[in-house]
Amino acid sequence: MSDTHAQTVPFVRDTMVEEQEPPLSQSGAYKWTRENLFSTPLNIILTVVSLFVIWLVLSHTLPWAVLGIWDADSLAQCREIRDEIYGPDASVACWAVIAERWNQLLFGFYPPELYWRPVLAFVLFLAAIAPVLFASVPRKALWFSAAAPFVLYWLLWGGSLWGPIAVGAGFALGAVVMRFATPALGALAGVLLAILVPLLYWFTLCAPLAGALNAVIPLELVDVRSNDMGGFMLAMIIGISGIALSLPLGIVLALGRQSDLFIINKCSVIFIEVIRGVPLIVWLFTASLLLNYFLPPGTNFDLMLRVIIMVTLFSSAYIAEVVRGGLAALPKGQYEAADALGLDYWKSMRLIILPQALKISIPGIVNTFIGLFKDTTLVVFIGLLDPIGLSNAIRASTDWNGIYWELFVFIGLCFFIFCFSMGRYSLFLEKKLRREHR
Amino acid sequence: MQQQATETIDRSHMTVSDEVAIQITKMNKWYGNFHVLRDIDLTVHRGERIVIAGPSGSGKSTMIRCINRLEEHQAGKIVVDGTELGSDLKNIDKIRSEVGMVFQHFNLFPHLTILENCTLAPIWVRKVPKKEAEATAMHFLEKVKIPEQAHKYPGQLSGGQQQRVAIARSLCMKPRIMLFDEPTSALDPEMIKEVLDTMVSLAEEGMTMICVTHEMGFAQAVANRVIFMDAGQIVEQNEPKAFFNNPQHERTKLFLSQILGH
Repeated sequence: MSDTHAQTVPFVRDTMVEEQEPPLSQSGAYKWTRENLFSTPLNIILTVVSLFVIWLVLSHTLPWAVLGIWDADSLAQCREIRDEIYGPDASVACWAVIAERWNQLLFGFYPPELYWRPVLAFVLFLAAIAPVLFASVPRKALWFSAAAPFVLYWLLWGGSLWGPIAVGAGFALGAVVMRFATPALGALAGVLLAILVPLLYWFTLCAPLAGALNAVIPLELVDVRSNDMGGFMLAMIIGISGIALSLPLGIVLALGRQSDLFIINKCSVIFIEVIRGVPLIVWLFTASLLLNYFLPPGTNFDLMLRVIIMVTLFSSAYIAEVVRGGLAALPKGQYEAADALGLDYWKSMRLIILPQALKISIPGIVNTFIGLFKDTTLVVFIGLLDPIGLSNAIRASTDWNGIYWELFVFIGLCFFIFCFSMGRYSLFLEKKLRREHR
Repeated sequence: MQQQATETIDRSHMTVSDEVAIQITKMNKWYGNFHVLRDIDLTVHRGERIVIAGPSGSGKSTMIRCINRLEEHQAGKIVVDGTELGSDLKNIDKIRSEVGMVFQHFNLFPHLTILENCTLAPIWVRKVPKKEAEATAMHFLEKVKIPEQAHKYPGQLSGGQQQRVAIARSLCMKPRIMLFDEPTSALDPEMIKEVLDTMVSLAEEGMTMICVTHEMGFAQAVANRVIFMDAGQIVEQNEPKAFFNNPQHERTKLFLSQILGH
């Protein structure tokens, strides 16, 4: 009888139980293997089958890749070497095509004696992007980041440095107008004026000013035309410009779509839906073929620039929808608290709403960027020599006629490295901005 | 349950002046076809502490949210500190910076530290230098008794602490009027007291306050006037003693018997 009542009898603990190590069978690698690989008979079978499949795949691909031939001048020579070493039936890669043509895959038909310019530009780009990506870099470096696009343009395309400087001065002019006009004329007039004045300047004063400055102090590099650029350099120019430009544009569109102002709201909705509803390839053909009809006769608008504009517009529509999701996910109380403190619309957006909405949207934004970067390969259809276009060009030579896998594996691997690092960065950023339980 | 804690407070220097802080005349509001607020007339003098009670859905929150235009009224007039609330954005921002508001769900900014939450509006709206804003913020954080949390994020604080930060954040704007929209409704019983104590000390300093709350002990101890609302209108208003001991309207009697029943 007394046993059954043991739980109901009053109880006071006199000694506390010390913390103890878990039993050996419940910790470390042994536990992990048991739990994850061999927990039930079915799991044991599945584990064994999976290991077999993995072995099957690797046993075919690894020798092909590892034993590959790096030193040959043509596919035919590759095969001769293979026959000599491994016998005629062996299947091995011919990496020699990469070894011989990697310059072309990276730079397209950029003049070889000028390769230092894109390389230097890439290094400068890394230095310029660092303060944007990592908060630990001193904030003053952001000024360098702001100036970098103009210097990079000059390095890649050549010409006079004064051209980009004169264009950049237009932005500074806009900022100055904004600074002094807004207190005097109000926010809306200030913004309009800050857009109009630089536009006027660009269409009238900009070119003569650059010419005059260049006459006094010439800072010129040899011109390189867009047609000569190709390979990963082209993919990166289009991809990175598109990413950098579409984020701000996308945010503005998302805010426009949330706006109470009827016309702004409807314009944003129409823009987003039209751009999103048509395939990118159609927009690229529009850029390469149709845009010339709409431009004044005689204007020669660089094809690469047109493609960058189209890619930017296209991905900004996606960014806008992703950011709108972030805006909608914020509790209404955040908007109300910002309003109740007397912050005006732009301040509450900048200080309260967007920092939180963008943080929520990071995975979606990076996802869109990765998509944009890979979509740059579509420009092959309008005659630009992106890596895929170059692989076609390389195959067109008699030396490398018939080589497919090696080029595609290399191109795929390079894209994977870029996209994977973007994905990793997004995870890093999400972790860094996490505010709960710290 | 708060009676014991708050009944003993000193009311001697809680003076009410003749100056009008808020004047609401014939204010009406509709949500679509639903008539939420009907002919609201209310005058609040400087230094007055008003508690608004009533069943849920009676329009209490909507009414005080109209005072800083988180909600728009469609008819009638609201004058705050001599400025009429209309569609003029400048007036609205001016009034909002003079009127502090504390919400039921705190609405702290989770991406900013406690200190940044408190200094943001003074720096960006009032253009106070950062050092000075931080000093003010620390002063008010000490007043609500959590200066040691200044560099944490809101997510790391308890509900009661968050609500006290929200009060400090409003005070940093040096408001002339404070609105409280059910400040203790989302809190555990233990935390309600710490928030109410903060509000009592604010009342003792003579702040003009309008509180929507279900804390009747607080109403009895602090309020000059209790307003009872039902179905979008003011049904009864009186001094707290008379309001609780001798309610006149049937609806008020029913309400009081419901909430004071146990």
